[in-house]
Amino acid sequence: MSENLIHALEMLGQGMLGIFVVLGIIALLVVLMGKLGGGK
Amino acid sequence: MDFSFLWQGLLSITWQQLVMYVIGGLLIWLAIEKGFEPALLMPMGFGAILVNLPLSGVIDQFSAGVGETHGIIQWLFEVGIEASEAMPLLLFIGIGAMIDFGPLLANPKLFLCGAAAQAGIFLTIIIAVLCGFDLKDAASIGIIGAADGPTSIMVSQVLHSDYRGAIAVAAYSYMAMVPIIQPFAIKLVTTKQDRAMKMPYKPQGVTRRMRIFFPIVVTVIAGLVAPASVALVGFLMFGNLIRECGVLSTLSNTAQNDLANLITLLLGITISFSMKADQFVQWQTLMIMGLGLVAFILDSVVGVLFVKVLNIFTPNNKINPMVGAAGISAFPMSSRVIEKLGQEADSQNHLLMHAIAANVSGQIASVVAGGVVLQYFANLG
Repeated sequence: MSENLIHALEMLGQGMLGIFVVLGIIALLVVLMGKLGGGK
Repeated sequence: MDFSFLWQGLLSITWQQLVMYVIGGLLIWLAIEKGFEPALLMPMGFGAILVNLPLSGVIDQFSAGVGETHGIIQWLFEVGIEASEAMPLLLFIGIGAMIDFGPLLANPKLFLCGAAAQAGIFLTIIIAVLCGFDLKDAASIGIIGAADGPTSIMVSQVLHSDYRGAIAVAAYSYMAMVPIIQPFAIKLVTTKQDRAMKMPYKPQGVTRRMRIFFPIVVTVIAGLVAPASVALVGFLMFGNLIRECGVLSTLSNTAQNDLANLITLLLGITISFSMKADQFVQWQTLMIMGLGLVAFILDSVVGVLFVKVLNIFTPNNKINPMVGAAGISAFPMSSRVIEKLGQEADSQNHLLMHAIAANVSGQIASVVAGGVVLQYFANLG
Protein backbone atom coordinates (compact mmCIF):
# COMPACT_ATOMS: atom_id res chain seq x y z
CA MET A 1 0.00 0.00 0.00
CA SER A 2 1.45 3.38 -0.96
CA GLU A 3 2.44 5.89 1.67
CA ASN A 4 -0.07 8.43 0.33
CA LEU A 5 -2.89 5.92 0.61
CA ILE A 6 -1.95 5.19 4.22
CA HIS A 7 -1.99 8.94 4.94
CA ALA A 8 -5.38 9.26 3.21
CA LEU A 9 -6.81 6.44 5.31
CA GLU A 10 -5.34 8.03 8.44
CA MET A 11 -6.94 11.32 7.43
CA LEU A 12 -10.31 9.55 7.08
CA GLY A 13 -10.00 8.10 10.57
CA GLN A 14 -8.65 11.20 12.29
CA GLY A 15 -10.83 13.58 10.31
CA MET A 16 -14.15 11.85 10.98
CA LEU A 17 -13.20 11.28 14.62
CA GLY A 18 -12.28 14.95 14.99
CA ILE A 19 -15.52 16.16 13.37
CA PHE A 20 -17.71 13.83 15.44
CA VAL A 21 -15.89 14.80 18.65
CA VAL A 22 -16.24 18.53 17.96
CA LEU A 23 -19.89 18.36 16.90
CA GLY A 24 -20.74 15.76 19.55
CA ILE A 25 -19.35 17.92 22.36
CA ILE A 26 -21.14 20.97 20.97
CA ALA A 27 -24.41 19.01 20.77
CA LEU A 28 -24.01 17.83 24.37
CA LEU A 29 -23.30 21.36 25.54
CA VAL A 30 -26.36 22.63 23.67
CA VAL A 31 -28.48 19.95 25.37
CA LEU A 32 -26.94 20.96 28.71
CA MET A 33 -27.61 24.65 28.08
CA GLY A 34 -31.20 23.74 27.16
CA LYS A 35 -31.63 21.78 30.38
CA LEU A 36 -30.19 24.60 32.49
CA GLY A 37 -32.63 26.80 30.60
CA GLY A 38 -33.66 30.10 32.09
CA GLY A 39 -32.71 33.40 30.56
CA LYS A 40 -34.73 34.96 27.79
CA MET B 1 3.81 52.22 -41.65
CA ASP B 2 3.86 48.97 -39.68
CA PHE B 3 0.37 47.80 -38.78
CA SER B 4 1.44 44.47 -37.32
CA PHE B 5 0.71 45.70 -33.77
CA LEU B 6 -3.00 45.46 -34.63
CA TRP B 7 -2.94 41.66 -34.95
CA GLN B 8 0.00 40.93 -32.66
CA GLY B 9 -2.37 39.94 -29.83
CA LEU B 10 -4.58 37.85 -32.10
CA LEU B 11 -1.63 35.91 -33.47
CA SER B 12 -0.23 35.14 -30.02
CA ILE B 13 -3.42 33.45 -28.76
CA THR B 14 -2.74 29.81 -27.90
CA TRP B 15 -5.26 26.99 -28.30
CA GLN B 16 -5.28 26.62 -24.50
CA GLN B 17 -6.37 30.25 -24.18
CA LEU B 18 -9.13 29.63 -26.72
CA VAL B 19 -10.32 26.75 -24.53
CA MET B 20 -10.37 29.12 -21.56
CA TYR B 21 -12.53 31.62 -23.49
CA VAL B 22 -15.00 28.81 -24.12
CA ILE B 23 -14.90 27.79 -20.43
CA GLY B 24 -15.31 31.44 -19.38
CA GLY B 25 -18.27 31.78 -21.74
CA LEU B 26 -19.76 28.55 -20.39
CA LEU B 27 -19.49 29.79 -16.79
CA ILE B 28 -21.11 33.10 -17.73
CA TRP B 29 -23.90 31.20 -19.54
CA LEU B 30 -24.47 28.88 -16.57
CA ALA B 31 -24.59 31.91 -14.26
CA ILE B 32 -26.94 34.03 -16.36
CA GLU B 33 -29.13 31.52 -18.19
CA LYS B 34 -29.23 28.71 -15.63
CA GLY B 35 -28.89 30.77 -12.46
CA PHE B 36 -26.01 28.57 -11.17
CA GLU B 37 -24.31 30.51 -8.33
CA PRO B 38 -24.31 33.64 -10.53
CA ALA B 39 -22.56 35.81 -7.95
CA LEU B 40 -19.46 33.63 -8.18
CA LEU B 41 -19.58 31.88 -11.55
CA MET B 42 -20.21 35.05 -13.56
CA PRO B 43 -17.13 36.90 -12.20
CA MET B 44 -15.08 33.70 -12.49
CA GLY B 45 -16.16 33.26 -16.11
CA PHE B 46 -15.38 36.84 -17.01
CA GLY B 47 -12.10 36.65 -15.10
CA ALA B 48 -11.17 33.47 -16.97
CA ILE B 49 -11.37 35.44 -20.22
CA LEU B 50 -9.63 38.47 -18.74
CA VAL B 51 -6.54 36.66 -17.41
CA ASN B 52 -6.14 34.64 -20.61
CA LEU B 53 -5.96 37.51 -23.07
CA PRO B 54 -2.44 37.60 -24.51
CA LEU B 55 -0.15 39.84 -22.42
CA SER B 56 -3.15 40.59 -20.23
CA GLY B 57 -2.73 43.75 -18.21
CA VAL B 58 -4.57 42.27 -15.22
CA ILE B 59 -1.64 40.00 -14.39
CA ASP B 60 2.02 40.88 -13.95
CA GLN B 61 3.91 41.11 -17.25
CA PHE B 62 7.43 41.83 -18.34
CA SER B 63 8.25 43.49 -21.63
CA ALA B 64 11.64 44.59 -22.86
CA GLY B 65 10.59 48.15 -23.56
CA VAL B 66 8.62 48.86 -20.37
CA GLY B 67 10.02 46.43 -17.83
CA GLU B 68 7.76 44.83 -15.23
CA THR B 69 4.14 45.93 -14.92
CA HIS B 70 1.77 44.82 -12.17
CA GLY B 71 -1.73 43.54 -12.81
CA ILE B 72 -4.73 44.16 -10.58
CA ILE B 73 -6.09 40.59 -10.51
CA GLN B 74 -2.68 39.16 -9.61
CA TRP B 75 -2.34 41.80 -6.88
CA LEU B 76 -5.81 41.00 -5.53
CA PHE B 77 -4.95 37.29 -5.53
CA GLU B 78 -1.58 37.73 -3.85
CA VAL B 79 -2.89 40.09 -1.17
CA GLY B 80 -6.44 38.85 -0.68
CA ILE B 81 -6.00 35.10 -1.00
CA GLU B 82 -2.37 33.98 -1.17
CA ALA B 83 -0.88 36.11 1.60
CA SER B 84 -3.63 35.90 4.17
CA GLU B 85 -6.68 33.99 2.86
CA ALA B 86 -8.42 37.25 3.84
CA MET B 87 -11.17 37.11 1.22
CA PRO B 88 -12.62 33.66 2.01
CA LEU B 89 -12.27 34.36 5.73
CA LEU B 90 -13.97 37.74 5.59
CA LEU B 91 -16.77 36.15 3.59
CA PHE B 92 -17.30 33.80 6.52
CA ILE B 93 -18.19 36.77 8.75
CA GLY B 94 -21.00 37.59 6.35
CA ILE B 95 -22.12 33.95 6.10
CA GLY B 96 -22.09 33.60 9.90
CA ALA B 97 -24.24 36.71 10.19
CA MET B 98 -26.76 35.19 7.77
CA ILE B 99 -27.23 31.85 9.54
CA ASP B 100 -30.01 31.21 12.02
CA PHE B 101 -28.89 28.24 14.12
CA GLY B 102 -32.24 28.19 15.94
CA PRO B 103 -33.67 25.02 14.29
CA LEU B 104 -30.44 23.16 15.06
CA LEU B 105 -30.32 24.37 18.66
CA ALA B 106 -33.89 23.15 19.06
CA ASN B 107 -32.90 19.64 17.87
CA PRO B 108 -29.21 19.09 18.72
CA LYS B 109 -29.34 15.44 17.63
CA LEU B 110 -29.13 16.71 14.06
CA PHE B 111 -25.57 17.93 14.71
CA LEU B 112 -24.59 14.33 13.96
CA CYS B 113 -26.01 14.57 10.42
CA GLY B 114 -23.62 17.42 9.65
CA ALA B 115 -20.70 15.38 10.94
CA ALA B 116 -21.59 12.21 9.02
CA ALA B 117 -22.09 13.95 5.67
CA GLN B 118 -18.47 15.11 5.68
CA ALA B 119 -17.37 11.51 5.03
CA GLY B 120 -17.58 12.23 1.30
CA ILE B 121 -14.58 14.56 1.69
CA PHE B 122 -12.32 11.88 3.13
CA LEU B 123 -13.54 9.08 0.87
CA THR B 124 -12.85 11.33 -2.13
CA ILE B 125 -9.35 12.05 -0.81
CA ILE B 126 -8.71 8.29 -0.86
CA ILE B 127 -10.09 7.99 -4.40
CA ALA B 128 -8.00 10.98 -5.55
CA VAL B 129 -4.87 9.36 -4.11
CA LEU B 130 -5.76 6.14 -5.93
CA CYS B 131 -6.10 8.21 -9.12
CA GLY B 132 -2.49 9.30 -8.66
CA PHE B 133 -2.86 12.77 -7.16
CA ASP B 134 -0.28 13.99 -4.65
CA LEU B 135 -1.60 13.89 -1.04
CA LYS B 136 -1.99 17.68 -0.73
CA ASP B 137 -3.76 17.94 -4.07
CA ALA B 138 -5.95 14.97 -3.13
CA ALA B 139 -6.91 16.65 0.15
CA SER B 140 -7.70 19.89 -1.67
CA ILE B 141 -9.85 18.00 -4.17
CA GLY B 142 -11.65 16.10 -1.40
CA ILE B 143 -12.60 19.40 0.25
CA ILE B 144 -14.86 20.11 -2.74
CA GLY B 145 -17.15 17.71 -0.86
CA ALA B 146 -17.44 20.27 1.93
CA ALA B 147 -19.91 21.95 -0.45
CA ASP B 148 -18.45 25.16 0.83
CA GLY B 149 -16.68 27.43 -1.69
CA PRO B 150 -14.66 29.60 0.70
CA THR B 151 -13.39 26.52 2.61
CA SER B 152 -12.38 24.85 -0.67
CA ILE B 153 -10.53 27.98 -1.77
CA MET B 154 -8.80 28.38 1.59
CA VAL B 155 -7.70 24.75 2.03
CA SER B 156 -6.42 24.44 -1.55
CA GLN B 157 -4.57 27.73 -1.10
CA VAL B 158 -3.00 26.82 2.26
CA LEU B 159 -1.92 23.43 0.86
CA HIS B 160 -0.52 25.18 -2.27
CA SER B 161 -2.46 22.89 -4.58
CA ASP B 162 -1.66 23.27 -8.26
CA TYR B 163 -5.36 22.93 -9.05
CA ARG B 164 -6.90 25.84 -7.13
CA GLY B 165 -8.79 27.19 -10.12
CA ALA B 166 -10.34 23.85 -11.05
CA ILE B 167 -11.22 23.18 -7.40
CA ALA B 168 -12.98 26.54 -7.02
CA VAL B 169 -14.91 26.04 -10.26
CA ALA B 170 -15.92 22.51 -9.24
CA ALA B 171 -16.94 23.58 -5.72
CA TYR B 172 -19.21 26.39 -6.88
CA SER B 173 -20.58 24.54 -9.91
CA TYR B 174 -21.64 21.50 -7.91
CA MET B 175 -23.09 23.65 -5.12
CA ALA B 176 -25.31 25.16 -7.75
CA MET B 177 -26.16 21.69 -9.05
CA VAL B 178 -27.25 20.30 -5.67
CA PRO B 179 -30.91 20.21 -6.84
CA ILE B 180 -29.82 17.83 -9.62
CA ILE B 181 -27.12 15.78 -7.84
CA GLN B 182 -28.78 15.15 -4.48
CA PRO B 183 -32.12 13.68 -5.65
CA PHE B 184 -30.16 11.18 -7.77
CA ALA B 185 -27.83 10.25 -4.88
CA ILE B 186 -30.64 10.06 -2.31
CA LYS B 187 -32.83 7.86 -4.51
CA LEU B 188 -29.89 5.45 -4.87
CA VAL B 189 -30.07 4.57 -1.17
CA THR B 190 -33.69 5.22 -0.15
CA THR B 191 -37.07 3.67 -0.90
CA LYS B 192 -40.27 5.67 -1.38
CA GLN B 193 -41.27 4.46 2.09
CA ASP B 194 -38.05 5.94 3.55
CA ARG B 195 -38.69 9.25 1.84
CA ALA B 196 -42.28 9.37 3.05
CA MET B 197 -41.27 8.95 6.70
CA LYS B 198 -42.80 11.81 8.67
CA MET B 199 -41.04 13.63 11.48
CA PRO B 200 -43.06 15.65 13.95
CA TYR B 201 -41.76 19.18 14.31
CA LYS B 202 -41.90 20.40 17.88
CA PRO B 203 -40.40 23.85 17.91
CA GLN B 204 -38.70 24.41 21.22
CA GLY B 205 -37.88 27.79 22.57
CA VAL B 206 -34.24 28.69 22.10
CA THR B 207 -33.19 31.28 24.60
CA ARG B 208 -31.29 34.38 23.63
CA ARG B 209 -28.59 33.38 26.10
CA MET B 210 -28.16 30.06 24.29
CA ARG B 211 -27.91 31.80 20.92
CA ILE B 212 -25.18 34.08 22.31
CA PHE B 213 -23.21 31.32 24.04
CA PHE B 214 -23.42 29.02 21.03
CA PRO B 215 -20.90 30.75 18.70
CA ILE B 216 -18.46 31.19 21.58
CA VAL B 217 -18.75 27.54 22.63
CA VAL B 218 -18.35 26.30 19.03
CA THR B 219 -15.21 28.41 18.54
CA VAL B 220 -13.59 27.22 21.78
CA ILE B 221 -14.40 23.52 21.25
CA ALA B 222 -13.32 23.53 17.60
CA GLY B 223 -10.21 25.50 18.51
CA LEU B 224 -9.20 23.06 21.24
CA VAL B 225 -9.72 19.91 19.14
CA ALA B 226 -8.58 21.26 15.75
CA PRO B 227 -6.61 24.49 16.21
CA ALA B 228 -6.13 24.85 12.46
CA SER B 229 -9.87 25.34 12.12
CA VAL B 230 -9.91 28.43 14.34
CA ALA B 231 -9.66 30.96 11.52
CA LEU B 232 -12.52 29.35 9.57
CA VAL B 233 -14.77 28.53 12.51
CA GLY B 234 -13.86 31.69 14.41
CA PHE B 235 -14.80 34.06 11.60
CA LEU B 236 -18.03 32.14 10.90
CA MET B 237 -18.97 32.28 14.57
CA PHE B 238 -17.85 35.89 14.94
CA GLY B 239 -20.38 36.79 12.25
CA ASN B 240 -23.03 34.75 14.04
CA LEU B 241 -22.29 36.41 17.38
CA ILE B 242 -22.70 39.82 15.76
CA ARG B 243 -26.11 38.64 14.52
CA GLU B 244 -27.29 37.12 17.78
CA CYS B 245 -25.93 39.55 20.37
CA GLY B 246 -28.81 41.91 19.67
CA VAL B 247 -26.84 45.11 20.14
CA LEU B 248 -25.06 45.25 16.78
CA SER B 249 -27.89 45.20 14.31
CA THR B 250 -26.19 47.74 12.03
CA LEU B 251 -22.99 45.71 11.93
CA SER B 252 -25.01 42.53 11.44
CA ASN B 253 -26.80 44.05 8.46
CA THR B 254 -23.50 45.32 7.05
CA ALA B 255 -21.90 41.87 7.41
CA GLN B 256 -24.88 40.10 5.82
CA ASN B 257 -25.21 42.52 2.93
CA ASP B 258 -22.43 44.99 2.20
CA LEU B 259 -19.46 42.92 3.40
CA ALA B 260 -20.69 39.65 1.90
CA ASN B 261 -21.56 41.32 -1.40
CA LEU B 262 -18.28 43.21 -1.63
CA ILE B 263 -16.16 40.14 -0.92
CA THR B 264 -18.26 37.98 -3.25
CA LEU B 265 -17.85 40.61 -5.97
CA LEU B 266 -14.08 40.47 -5.67
CA LEU B 267 -13.63 36.79 -4.79
CA GLY B 268 -14.89 35.39 -8.08
CA ILE B 269 -12.79 37.61 -10.29
CA THR B 270 -9.78 37.23 -8.00
CA ILE B 271 -9.87 33.42 -8.00
CA SER B 272 -9.84 33.57 -11.80
CA PHE B 273 -6.12 34.30 -11.47
CA SER B 274 -5.73 30.56 -10.86
CA MET B 275 -7.57 29.87 -14.15
CA LYS B 276 -4.69 30.77 -16.42
CA ALA B 277 -4.66 28.48 -19.46
CA ASP B 278 -1.33 26.84 -18.66
CA GLN B 279 -2.60 25.78 -15.21
CA PHE B 280 -6.20 25.01 -16.07
CA VAL B 281 -6.17 23.30 -19.46
CA GLN B 282 -4.89 19.88 -18.46
CA TRP B 283 -6.52 16.50 -18.18
CA GLN B 284 -6.36 16.66 -14.35
CA THR B 285 -9.00 19.43 -14.45
CA LEU B 286 -11.49 16.95 -15.93
CA MET B 287 -10.57 14.43 -13.25
CA ILE B 288 -11.10 17.07 -10.56
CA MET B 289 -14.55 17.87 -11.95
CA GLY B 290 -15.36 14.14 -11.83
CA LEU B 291 -13.99 13.71 -8.32
CA GLY B 292 -15.93 16.74 -7.11
CA LEU B 293 -19.13 15.12 -8.33
CA VAL B 294 -18.15 11.88 -6.58
CA ALA B 295 -17.57 13.84 -3.35
CA PHE B 296 -21.05 15.40 -3.46
CA ILE B 297 -22.67 12.01 -4.16
CA LEU B 298 -20.73 10.30 -1.37
CA ASP B 299 -21.64 13.08 1.10
CA SER B 300 -25.32 12.49 0.38
CA VAL B 301 -25.14 8.70 0.38
CA VAL B 302 -23.16 8.47 3.63
CA GLY B 303 -25.46 11.04 5.26
CA VAL B 304 -28.51 8.92 4.41
CA LEU B 305 -26.90 5.64 5.47
CA PHE B 306 -25.72 7.17 8.76
CA VAL B 307 -29.27 8.16 9.66
CA LYS B 308 -30.53 4.68 8.75
CA VAL B 309 -28.02 3.18 11.21
CA LEU B 310 -28.83 5.81 13.85
CA ASN B 311 -32.53 4.95 13.53
CA ILE B 312 -31.78 1.35 14.53
CA PHE B 313 -30.54 2.63 17.90
CA THR B 314 -33.30 5.19 18.41
CA PRO B 315 -36.48 3.41 17.25
CA ASN B 316 -38.78 5.81 19.13
CA ASN B 317 -37.27 8.96 17.70
CA LYS B 318 -36.54 8.18 14.07
CA ILE B 319 -35.18 10.69 11.61
CA ASN B 320 -36.18 10.63 7.93
CA PRO B 321 -33.02 9.21 6.27
CA MET B 322 -33.06 11.99 3.67
CA VAL B 323 -32.36 14.53 6.42
CA GLY B 324 -28.89 12.95 6.71
CA ALA B 325 -28.14 14.09 3.16
CA ALA B 326 -28.88 17.68 4.18
CA GLY B 327 -25.82 17.61 6.42
CA ILE B 328 -23.76 19.31 3.71
CA SER B 329 -22.94 22.98 3.65
CA ALA B 330 -24.94 23.89 0.55
CA PHE B 331 -27.55 26.06 2.24
CA PRO B 332 -30.46 26.36 1.63
CA MET B 333 -30.44 24.32 -1.61
CA SER B 334 -30.02 21.00 0.16
CA SER B 335 -32.88 21.70 2.60
CA ARG B 336 -35.19 22.54 -0.29
CA VAL B 337 -34.26 19.29 -2.08
CA ILE B 338 -35.18 17.24 1.01
CA GLU B 339 -38.49 19.08 1.44
CA LYS B 340 -39.33 18.53 -2.24
CA LEU B 341 -38.45 14.82 -2.20
CA GLY B 342 -40.44 14.35 1.02
CA GLN B 343 -43.49 15.94 -0.56
CA GLU B 344 -43.11 13.91 -3.73
CA ALA B 345 -43.28 10.75 -1.59
CA ASP B 346 -46.18 12.04 0.52
CA SER B 347 -47.80 15.41 -0.05
CA GLN B 348 -48.35 15.80 3.71
CA ASN B 349 -44.71 15.24 4.57
CA HIS B 350 -42.97 18.44 5.69
CA LEU B 351 -39.28 18.03 6.46
CA LEU B 352 -38.02 21.54 5.80
CA MET B 353 -37.23 22.60 9.38
CA HIS B 354 -35.42 19.33 10.14
CA ALA B 355 -33.47 19.60 6.91
CA ILE B 356 -32.53 23.20 7.70
CA ALA B 357 -31.21 22.08 11.10
CA ALA B 358 -29.03 19.39 9.47
CA ASN B 359 -28.00 21.86 6.77
CA VAL B 360 -26.71 24.51 9.19
CA SER B 361 -24.97 21.74 11.13
CA GLY B 362 -23.25 20.92 7.83
CA GLN B 363 -22.06 24.52 7.63
CA ILE B 364 -20.24 24.14 10.94
CA ALA B 365 -19.05 20.63 10.12
CA SER B 366 -17.62 21.65 6.74
CA VAL B 367 -15.40 24.34 8.22
CA VAL B 368 -14.33 21.95 10.98
CA ALA B 369 -13.54 19.40 8.24
CA GLY B 370 -11.39 21.99 6.48
CA GLY B 371 -9.66 22.64 9.79
CA VAL B 372 -8.99 18.98 10.59
CA VAL B 373 -7.52 18.41 7.12
CA LEU B 374 -5.16 21.37 7.63
CA GLN B 375 -4.43 20.10 11.15
CA TYR B 376 -3.45 16.71 9.73
CA PHE B 377 -0.83 18.32 7.48
CA ALA B 378 0.36 20.57 10.32
CA ASN B 379 0.93 17.46 12.46
CA LEU B 380 2.72 15.70 9.60
CA GLY B 381 5.37 18.39 9.86
